[in-house]
Amino acid sequence: MLRFFIRRALLAVLTLFAISVSTFLLFFAVPANPVATMCGNRICPESTQKQITHDLGLDQPLITQYTEYMKGVFVGRTIGSGPTAKECPAPCLGYSFRTGQPVWDIIKNGLPVSMSIVIGAAVVWLTIGLVLGTAAALRRGGALDKFSVGFSLGGASMQIFVLGPILVAVFVYGLGWLPRPTYTSPLVNPLAWATGLILPWVTLGAINSALYTRLSRAQMLETLSEDYVRTARAKGLTRREVNYRHALRAAITPIVTIAGLDIGINLGGVVITETTFNLQGVGRYAVQAINDLNLPIVMATVLLAATFIVVANVVVDMLYATIDPRVKLS
Amino acid sequence: MTTSPSSPASGPYLDVKDLRVRFSTEDGVVRAVDGVSFQLERGKTLGIVGESGSGKSVTSMSIMGLHNPKRTAMSGEIRVGGTDVLKLSEDKIRRLRGQAMAMIFQDPLSSLHPYYTIGRQIVEAYRVHHDVSKAKAQKRAIEMLDRVGIPQPQKRFEQYPHEFSGGMRQRAMIAMSLINDPDLLIADEPTTALDVTVQAQILDLLESLQKEFNSAIILITHDLGVVAQVADDVLVMYGGRAVEYGNAEQVLRAAQMPYTWGLLSSIPSVHGDSDADLVPIKGNPPSLINLPPGCSFHPRCRYAMLNGGPCDQEVPELLPVQGEVGHLVACHLPDQFRKDTYVNEIAQTGVAVVSEELA
Repeated sequence: MLRFFIRRALLAVLTLFAISVSTFLLFFAVPANPVATMCGNRICPESTQKQITHDLGLDQPLITQYTEYMKGVFVGRTIGSGPTAKECPAPCLGYSFRTGQPVWDIIKNGLPVSMSIVIGAAVVWLTIGLVLGTAAALRRGGALDKFSVGFSLGGASMQIFVLGPILVAVFVYGLGWLPRPTYTSPLVNPLAWATGLILPWVTLGAINSALYTRLSRAQMLETLSEDYVRTARAKGLTRREVNYRHALRAAITPIVTIAGLDIGINLGGVVITETTFNLQGVGRYAVQAINDLNLPIVMATVLLAATFIVVANVVVDMLYATIDPRVKLS
Repeated sequence: MTTSPSSPASGPYLDVKDLRVRFSTEDGVVRAVDGVSFQLERGKTLGIVGESGSGKSVTSMSIMGLHNPKRTAMSGEIRVGGTDVLKLSEDKIRRLRGQAMAMIFQDPLSSLHPYYTIGRQIVEAYRVHHDVSKAKAQKRAIEMLDRVGIPQPQKRFEQYPHEFSGGMRQRAMIAMSLINDPDLLIADEPTTALDVTVQAQILDLLESLQKEFNSAIILITHDLGVVAQVADDVLVMYGGRAVEYGNAEQVLRAAQMPYTWGLLSSIPSVHGDSDADLVPIKGNPPSLINLPPGCSFHPRCRYAMLNGGPCDQEVPELLPVQGEVGHLVACHLPDQFRKDTYVNEIAQTGVAVVSEELA
């Protein structure tokens, strides 16, 4: 178990290092000048451009820029020199090229929004997916099963930016049951947090649940035809015991894996949902930063997303070893 | 044991009469079992023999009531200890399963749940029929593991199926199926997935447990060697029908049906000429949706239509063989021709070795 962790941690560090280097290189490979963009292209005098370039450290060699950045993440650093120098304590992710805001603050603002959306939506998609998929498999060929197949197909072909505005139009403007989607910290007002995010949860959750319904149905049908389920029936167990203790228990394993990775991927930002509901999460920050050639934010959001995926992988492996005794962590 | 069927003072414990099982599928109606009858007493073993798709497993699943009633049409009678299980509700037959009748399967690895310990699975089988504490059930389960010859049962109890060897797994399956002391045990190809050396151990174990528990055993197999070793009676099935039925001596040493001959001739023997011995049955088992007319074996039968008989038109009835009590055969060939053919052509093939063991 300990060896597993050490190995996984080392691997995670390596992965993140590789991702940070390639993000850095990719950014500078883009044939565009962030400084010119920042100070308004043609109307910007040469001397101002030079000053900005120097302040941002963009006149340094690439390798120095990279090591400075990494140093900042772990021990903090001073950005720029002279009167415009800024002290940036660890974890220093730099300052936004655009606004001069610390990137760490931007992440701190955006991450709770993205996390709230994803966790709430994951509850919705796992609940609908597992319940509907399992029920459909247990009544194969019945009305519910046919509904579940239609639901999966409909959900898979639906788009967040179509379903979202429809739900907003109906529940916010039509019926007036819900406020316009906003983010309120759950620590400040949990009720406002929930009512403000329920539409993003339902939208993202319903669309993702299509996949999970299909997956649970297929997994459940497969395990129901397993020999050990026949053994369970031959032992004289009740239908309920056979279906849940024996079949569902085995069917759920691959779903846990996929759900874990899915949640990890989504935590790095759910751009379409955030944009559709005008919520300022990390996904939107990332897209804006790419458009603005705002390197510090791009680096931070990419590394954040990568960290979530790496962590999700480790968590999934651990869960797998807990669920399936045949899997050994080593 | 109020749920156990009251068994009649005498007569067979299991009495199957004219069992017919049909499944409706998209391709048509599958006649998986078509009018099969047999009896079995406590303490006796019936071997059901046939190729894949001959209806042997379907028959046993019908006895256990394991078919999906929505997709299966069953008729006839299956009396277990006097109760017709075909007429029982799902809840009532569930109470018999695992208690009055139990089953072990071909592949013990896939038949045991991979996520639960062996002990937990056996305890579950006991507690579903007995209202006892976990500790009591555990004690009983460990006793059973010990009884079926699993060393260190205390330690093995805590282990998962993947930590057992194939033979040990099948022993654990047997312990699980016998923990409620069932009167009927159905063993569906219990040794097929095991090493030959382990096969014999498992068969020995079944025999000794049968003596101890006095249960009736149905042994489903395609291996006539296994049948010769343990069966008292033998039922040969082909295309969902019974084609030969009698005691082991009759069916194995005086077989009357060309299909049985085919099975006997296709057993490899370590004696004699290795090239000459094996005579495989040509062709493939028939489709159960679209059985050949008449005797369903006739397209593969070397002797079909020899006497201009109605092999391709009439389904032969299962009739007594002249001069042999209890030996039934479904074949249009004349009695004397069959007897002569067996003696002249079949008796010397590989199975003679098996028959010596039997005697």
